[in-house]
Amino acid sequence: MKKFLTVFLVLAMALALLAGCGSTGDGGGGGEDSDVIRIGVFEPLTGANAAGGEIEVRGIELAHEYLGDLLGKKVELVKVDNKSDAVEAATAASRLVENEKVDIVLGSWGSTLSIAGGDAFKNSQTVAIAASATNPNVTLGNDYYYRICFLDPFQGTVLANYAYKTMGATKVGIIYETSNDYAVGLRNFFKNSYEELGGEIVAEAMYQTNDQDFNSQLMTVMAEKPDVIFAPGNYTEAALIMKQARALGYDDIKFLGGDTWETPPLIEVGGEAVEGCVITTFFDPDAPLNDMTTTFVELYREKYNEDPAAFTALGFDVYLTAYKAIEAAGSTDSEAIREALKTLEVEGCTGSIRFDENGDAIKDTAILKTVQDGKFTFLDTVKID
Amino acid sequence: MSKESKSPYLPATTQKHKGLSRTLSIVVLAAFAVFLYMANSGKILGSYELRIIRLCGVYAIAALSMNLVNGFTGQFSLGQAGFMAIGAYVTSLFIIPTAQKTAMYYVEPIAPWVESLQAPFIVALIIGGLVAALAAFLIGFPVLRLRGDYLAIATLGFSEIIRIFITNMIPITNGSLGLKNIPDTANVWWTTIAVAIVVIFMLRLMKTSYGRSFKAIRDDDVAAEAMGISLFRHKMLSFVIGGFLAGISGGLLASVVGAITPIYFRFTLAYEILLIVVLGGQGSITGSVVGACILTVAREWLRFMDNGFSIGPLTVPPIAGMRMLVFSILLMIIILFYRRGLFGSNEFSWAGLLRVIKSIPQGIKRLFTRKAKAEGGGS
Amino acid sequence: MSAITSDMLLQSLANAITLGSLYALVAIGYTMVYGILRLINFAHGEIFMMSMYFAFYFVTAAMLPWYLAFLFAIACTGILGIIIERAAYRPLREAPRISLLISSIGVSYLLQNLAVVLFSGIQKQFPPVAMFQDVITIANVRIQKLSIYVPLITAVLVIVLLYLVNKTKIGMAMRASSKDFETSRLMGINVNRVIAVTFCIGSVLAAVGAIMWGLKYPKIEPYVGTLPGLKCFIAAVIGGIGNIKGAVIGALLLGFIEIFIVLFFPALSGYKDAFAFVALIVILLVRPSGLVGEKIANKV
Repeated sequence: MKKFLTVFLVLAMALALLAGCGSTGDGGGGGEDSDVIRIGVFEPLTGANAAGGEIEVRGIELAHEYLGDLLGKKVELVKVDNKSDAVEAATAASRLVENEKVDIVLGSWGSTLSIAGGDAFKNSQTVAIAASATNPNVTLGNDYYYRICFLDPFQGTVLANYAYKTMGATKVGIIYETSNDYAVGLRNFFKNSYEELGGEIVAEAMYQTNDQDFNSQLMTVMAEKPDVIFAPGNYTEAALIMKQARALGYDDIKFLGGDTWETPPLIEVGGEAVEGCVITTFFDPDAPLNDMTTTFVELYREKYNEDPAAFTALGFDVYLTAYKAIEAAGSTDSEAIREALKTLEVEGCTGSIRFDENGDAIKDTAILKTVQDGKFTFLDTVKID
Repeated sequence: MSKESKSPYLPATTQKHKGLSRTLSIVVLAAFAVFLYMANSGKILGSYELRIIRLCGVYAIAALSMNLVNGFTGQFSLGQAGFMAIGAYVTSLFIIPTAQKTAMYYVEPIAPWVESLQAPFIVALIIGGLVAALAAFLIGFPVLRLRGDYLAIATLGFSEIIRIFITNMIPITNGSLGLKNIPDTANVWWTTIAVAIVVIFMLRLMKTSYGRSFKAIRDDDVAAEAMGISLFRHKMLSFVIGGFLAGISGGLLASVVGAITPIYFRFTLAYEILLIVVLGGQGSITGSVVGACILTVAREWLRFMDNGFSIGPLTVPPIAGMRMLVFSILLMIIILFYRRGLFGSNEFSWAGLLRVIKSIPQGIKRLFTRKAKAEGGGS
Repeated sequence: MSAITSDMLLQSLANAITLGSLYALVAIGYTMVYGILRLINFAHGEIFMMSMYFAFYFVTAAMLPWYLAFLFAIACTGILGIIIERAAYRPLREAPRISLLISSIGVSYLLQNLAVVLFSGIQKQFPPVAMFQDVITIANVRIQKLSIYVPLITAVLVIVLLYLVNKTKIGMAMRASSKDFETSRLMGINVNRVIAVTFCIGSVLAAVGAIMWGLKYPKIEPYVGTLPGLKCFIAAVIGGIGNIKGAVIGALLLGFIEIFIVLFFPALSGYKDAFAFVALIVILLVRPSGLVGEKIANKV
């Protein structure tokens, strides 16, 4: 038995080696003069962030199918899984630029992963564009990293303004995810601008990623009678928090959240409990900003038979931005692309995209949405100057 | 890479070849050094391959650290992830430039004493190792009284506690935001020389009375104690050295990756290191080094599976995660059928290699005649 | 911090009992397997996860009514348990115990990666069942009906199990095997069968726990079993691993610790999981056999 297994394993290894060489051989000869443009997709396809990665990749693929050839060359997507893990992310990024020789990189979901990959892009002077990494550290000190979404400080300010001015809330309770860099950052920016406006944070409670019971956190925060609860974090935990709040009888308390909430599972898991929660986002399929929004929504509905999530829209736009940048540069040379990105203005489905000298998208408007009748519906736009 | 020619299993005639073995080893090591030199100057390999070689080194040290405690001393500990986290954080805090530290801590201001920490990489690395060793020492006091699977859980628990503290001590560790801009000092030289030093240290250690005591405790702790070996002192020594090595590997890891977060140091990391030790063979120094290289390279190399592939008529569509599935099936086969791992508890020697090569034709012959019974033993 | 009202206390009490009972269901599975094989089944959390997916697909893909779907899911999980035992643990019966431990870690790794490939990493929602999820109010304490069912189901299962272990023939064989494989074998007990049955029961318990868990915390993803797995394992050790009553007590205790620490010390809520581990280590040091465990020194 064991001997056969040994032989089998050796044979399988040999076959796999052949297969492996074969598959890398196909596209190995990238580089400047080849007749394909290779766009790297740097996303978590497995691991804790797999859902986010998948949602973004859908948008990227859709744009890839829609836009077709570029500079008269075929465009090839090279997907590399960063496994939601910083060490794998650094290796995967390195593989994309070194081994797969991609011309430009898109991604990643999860700022931590983007940061871990950042050095590889910087060192190899490959332009990378993040779709949804909202942490300031992603582009800070990295001339080759760009992003098309707004930043956490902006998002925090928008939410604080909305809570204080529009909702008239003077007391806010916060429940946030301490083990999530995004949530910790957003809570901080929200707190700063909310307190600056004159509001008071009456109670704070914390939880960890993958926690499932939030009853105690809810009760301690609710004991201080806040007008609103701000709960930055992943949508899965957020849905459970709201569900448990309703089960505890806190039927009237409103919940505020960030852009990560806007995914179909929030409503699927949360059901009625998430009705009325308010989130910031960049995109609304029902309120088209331009023709691109309409095109994108139609394409998506045709392929998946459902409404797209905001992150899919960002995925679409990040591909679009890369496409337009290469087109404007007229080549896949990194410096030419960077030069083009300085002045480029792209009409994406999430609105117009321009970059500042940091590589961040210049955005002054955020969309606020709420959940109504089991759907994310447009609520308001907030402009911050 | 390393050699040990005094294996008790070898017949006396091989002593003759000692000189030859030494020459061979020197030649191979020199060739490897030249290769590394060429590689590091970017002549043969790109930074992707170099990164993999560096990671091999990092995991080799982590595996050696676990092997010392688990394989040589027989104390099943799963706490390596926590010690690696300590090493990684301490080292990083010493080598990240002050200005970048200040900018990074935007949730809560950085503690002033942390901000002012600065040291050259080698010093930072050793401090990281020492702090991890100190943690191992403190944890060892209560925990080393436990045995077997209880010890495994308790060390796993402590490693999670360390991680939870790192997540929550925001002024010192920047919490879940993690650290970035860690200087990329640990190039292939650093990691390879570190592995070499650790390997030589381990080989020496195993020849001292301490090393023999470790093995005696592993083989039979009651008998060892009866022979006058202080169980607690030796377990503690092994545990503290293990902690130190894990800390060093964590420090190197931080520098190789450039950015760390607490999430990476979850207890599942200890599982992965354990799998390296099992693959290489518990109680084999060579095994841990080779195992680390194989697993690290295999994980990268299997990536083509994620994009769909075909073996002959069989076509597998692209499914994310296929790579890890195949990887874990291979691991399971090793765990079940090659329990002693690649090297068992033996070390590499030229004579051993020769024997293996010589036995291959015979093995093939045996396979086809189907006569011989399996005798067990992997290498 | 503000005063804690008596309503809050009562509500927390109800929450703690629910959480504790959920932990208990899974913890019993750990304890059963440990009691016979002296194996910490690190893959238990992954069996838990698989059964959530089974239930999900029986409801959504096979369109079965929830009770049938849950029943099938429980049955499938039982079979999965037997398969895992046959494939990954039986070949190592004569090997050192550490090899078993390593194998169980390998199985857990394998099942997670398998789930990623089979079900993708995107979260799914556990199918809701109204009769469990309605909320009722008793004296200002609002509880889901589930919170009443869970302790009841746990209690019934524990009684059935205790009966099975103490009064039936297979139970006697289990107890005999847990003391000594060799002797049991000589006494004509089919040890392999006993172990298979134990694994099956352990997995079935994990499945029941997982379904209840899913109804309370409706999120399914490939890594959903890791944390409950670890927590329930801690619960089993606190109570005295190998002891069914101990597992229940340990689980309830853990539920109380987790709920009340966050309630009384909200500032420490970030450290919540650390408390579970601290409790584990304290118990291991002070009373290694757990709160109600028997002395097993000779087995180590």
